[in-house]
Amino acid sequence: MSGLALQDVTKQFGDFKAVDNVNLSVPHGKFVCLLGPSGCGKTTLLRMIAGLEEPTEGAIVLDDEDITPVPTHKRNLGMVFQSLALFPHLSVGDNISYALRIRGASREEQKRRAEELLKLVHLPGFADRPVAKLSGGQRQRVAIARALALSPKLFLLDEPMSALDAKLRESMQVELRQLQQRLGITTFVVTHDQREAMTMADLVVVMGEGRIRQAASPIEIYRKPADAFVADFIGSTNLLDISADSSGCSSVLGQVIPDLALPAGTAKASISIRPEDVHLGKPGPDAIPGTVTFVRDLGGTIETFVEAGGTTIIAVATPRERVDVAPGDPVGITLPPEACVVVKA
Amino acid sequence: MRREAPKSIADYTPLFFPGLMLVVFFVVPFSTMIAVSFFKRDPAAFYTPDFVFENYARFLSTFFGGVLGFSLGLAVLVAVCCVAIAFPFTYLLTRSPRAVQTIWLVCLLSVLSLSEVIIGFAWSTLFSRTAGITNLFVWLGLMQEPIALLPGFGAVLTGMVYQALPYTILVLYPALVRLDPTLLEAARTLGASPIRAFFNVVTPALRNTIVATLIMVFVFALGSYLLPQILGRPQHWTLSVLITDQAIYQSNTPFAAAMAVFLVLISLGLVGLTLLIGRREAAA
Amino acid sequence: MSDTFLRRLYFVAVAIFLAAPLVVVAGVSVNEKQDLAFPPIGFSLSWYAQIFLDPEWRRALIASVVLAITSAALAVAIALPLAWFLWRRIAPWANVFQLLGVAPFILPPVITALGFLTFWATTGFYGQPWTAVISHAIFFVTLPLVTLSLGFASIDRSLVEAAATMGADDRKVLRTVVLPLILPYLVSGYAFAFVLSLNEYIVAYMTVGFTMETLPIKIFNALRYGYTPTMASVSVFFVAIAALVFGLIARFGDIRRLLGAMSSDAN
Repeated sequence: MSGLALQDVTKQFGDFKAVDNVNLSVPHGKFVCLLGPSGCGKTTLLRMIAGLEEPTEGAIVLDDEDITPVPTHKRNLGMVFQSLALFPHLSVGDNISYALRIRGASREEQKRRAEELLKLVHLPGFADRPVAKLSGGQRQRVAIARALALSPKLFLLDEPMSALDAKLRESMQVELRQLQQRLGITTFVVTHDQREAMTMADLVVVMGEGRIRQAASPIEIYRKPADAFVADFIGSTNLLDISADSSGCSSVLGQVIPDLALPAGTAKASISIRPEDVHLGKPGPDAIPGTVTFVRDLGGTIETFVEAGGTTIIAVATPRERVDVAPGDPVGITLPPEACVVVKA
Repeated sequence: MRREAPKSIADYTPLFFPGLMLVVFFVVPFSTMIAVSFFKRDPAAFYTPDFVFENYARFLSTFFGGVLGFSLGLAVLVAVCCVAIAFPFTYLLTRSPRAVQTIWLVCLLSVLSLSEVIIGFAWSTLFSRTAGITNLFVWLGLMQEPIALLPGFGAVLTGMVYQALPYTILVLYPALVRLDPTLLEAARTLGASPIRAFFNVVTPALRNTIVATLIMVFVFALGSYLLPQILGRPQHWTLSVLITDQAIYQSNTPFAAAMAVFLVLISLGLVGLTLLIGRREAAA
Repeated sequence: MSDTFLRRLYFVAVAIFLAAPLVVVAGVSVNEKQDLAFPPIGFSLSWYAQIFLDPEWRRALIASVVLAITSAALAVAIALPLAWFLWRRIAPWANVFQLLGVAPFILPPVITALGFLTFWATTGFYGQPWTAVISHAIFFVTLPLVTLSLGFASIDRSLVEAAATMGADDRKVLRTVVLPLILPYLVSGYAFAFVLSLNEYIVAYMTVGFTMETLPIKIFNALRYGYTPTMASVSVFFVAIAALVFGLIARFGDIRRLLGAMSSDAN
């Protein structure tokens, strides 16, 4: 298969399994986001792809060739580090042409390529500046240009936006995605920011405790989370217990949800339902009874916290759909079956 | 607690004792020495107050010129050897596990704190005919019979490198331990082998540190006063040895003081240069 | 891997260079007779006993230890208020004292030694044992000054502010918050000064060399008249003391941080 494949990759530090038996295959040209909380193994996985860490077990295969034993400097990849790691003793241009210099390219060739890449990242004419004189966003672009100097097969970025302020980060995300699409380069980005992942990725890989929890398109991850961990990590959600009786009829908080079946043989599970899918109305026989505890009006959306059967359910509505309630009011909650996703508890 | 400027005399109280001690027992002796360097020698006592330049003038003789040249040359050689050995070593050390670093640091400090007398004695034993390293060579069949490797220039140089090496490593340690490890990783992702990356990323990035360390070790080596005596012949004696010799055995304190003042000027000039380099590095 | 092999080889080479003279001295120190022979002929620890039994060596040992204990204490007494003042107050000109505190250590030692020689000779106290204590304290004040400055720099100022909001005045803050926090740095500074004073030759020699023998002076004097194995046993004894002291600092403190690593977990 053409592309990158991770086969049973495991990394152990002493007794601690940082990456636990990861399998993933990514065709060329895809933009992959490795997403997860800190300590989930995403950076270790990226460093193993780069050859900066050796897997304890398993293989990393690029275009049907096992590259696990190949040292970093022979892998032909571009990487952007969290610290950016721009060489302080070299100018912008010399940083970018470093990889060419290592390979003995002529001075003119180096200059030409550096200028070409600087144009690509919208910094034409910056070649002779010292690195120390650049702003955060400019340093970011130089690091990207340097990583792309040899038109590598793999483009790896470790939390590349973490040093930027929120506004610059959003525009860099869009820019990076456009650049990747233009070049068609296979790209891996490590991030803990789910908005960043949703903005850029073709494929989001959610990791937790060293394992891949789910690998799918951003919208599928959001709509059909594989388990409670993914549902909870991506956006906000309501996780509610669901139980089934002997006839296969399932109910949440005592209310039967029609057309929602549990996998055969299970009597108990959880459902995940996004706050925007929760409907609030008048109390009635077909609704779960609850009491409003708090209302947060954010202008664009209104969040209503409802206490029902010992748990808190959050409902989000736009101002047009708003139900006029105040803390203490009784309400009826309906959960549309098509919006409920059954997840393992 | 905010740092604030002292408001009353009472706020200066903590400064009294240290200030008094440093002024009385460092500034005053130092000034005394400078003053004495202009005094006249008195063979019966230490010196008689005067204001003459003859102590400095004596310096211009070929003998002292030769000693000065030898001292400076030797110190340069020691500094270059030490940095050449210590820089890669310290780099590897800072990339080792913490426990390994700690053990090495303890050993290095132990060697660094050793008296010059002990270092001199230890090397004179190692270079001796009866207990020395040549016995090992004989046993290995490399040599016919054991010989003494001292006194000689090689022995002086070895001893001084031994004395200055732990110092060099400890001076380099902070800069190398703080070096961003991703710089090297970045070089490797761009196609540089680890050894190549060490030479064209780590070394140039720490260019100023290396120069500053060379100067520090140079000044340190200038201070060596016993090793040339124990391990070398009289022609290997350095300025520090001559100062001691003039002060103690020739009872010519004024001349010793004049040489010391000269040594201070060289050292201060070089330390000043180091600070200047350090500032430029911080500004970059 | 060859990388790891080269690294090990380099470490081993440096280790051999640093250890070789000490190993030979240790070997020589257990010779049975008064021979300078390695490998040792016979085995005897009697040369170690000599350090304590021979009246001359014992006197030198006691002189060295007393000098080291008192001069290190004096050095800390000078450095502590100075480091505290520099941390507590904004007084740029007070940095001059910091410079004065560091200077004796940076300059070639023979200069400091000669400065003391001329000073004590001029004031008429030349040869008094206590002059060596003051000389060593000034010579080594750099060490506690540096460790204490590091210690103060590591104190989070909000801790002190918190103590102040609970009603502690400057003096109480110093006693209840600051001193306990910098104690490890104070102990390290004292230990550094102690070990170096124990080993110091030239300053001691130029100040009290003709009236009192410290161990390094005694070794050097003995060396002029030929060889006695007691020098070897004393040398080993000194290495052991230094290794013990620095080992304890490493065990109970963070030696990497003391020597300039940013934080204890930077690796």
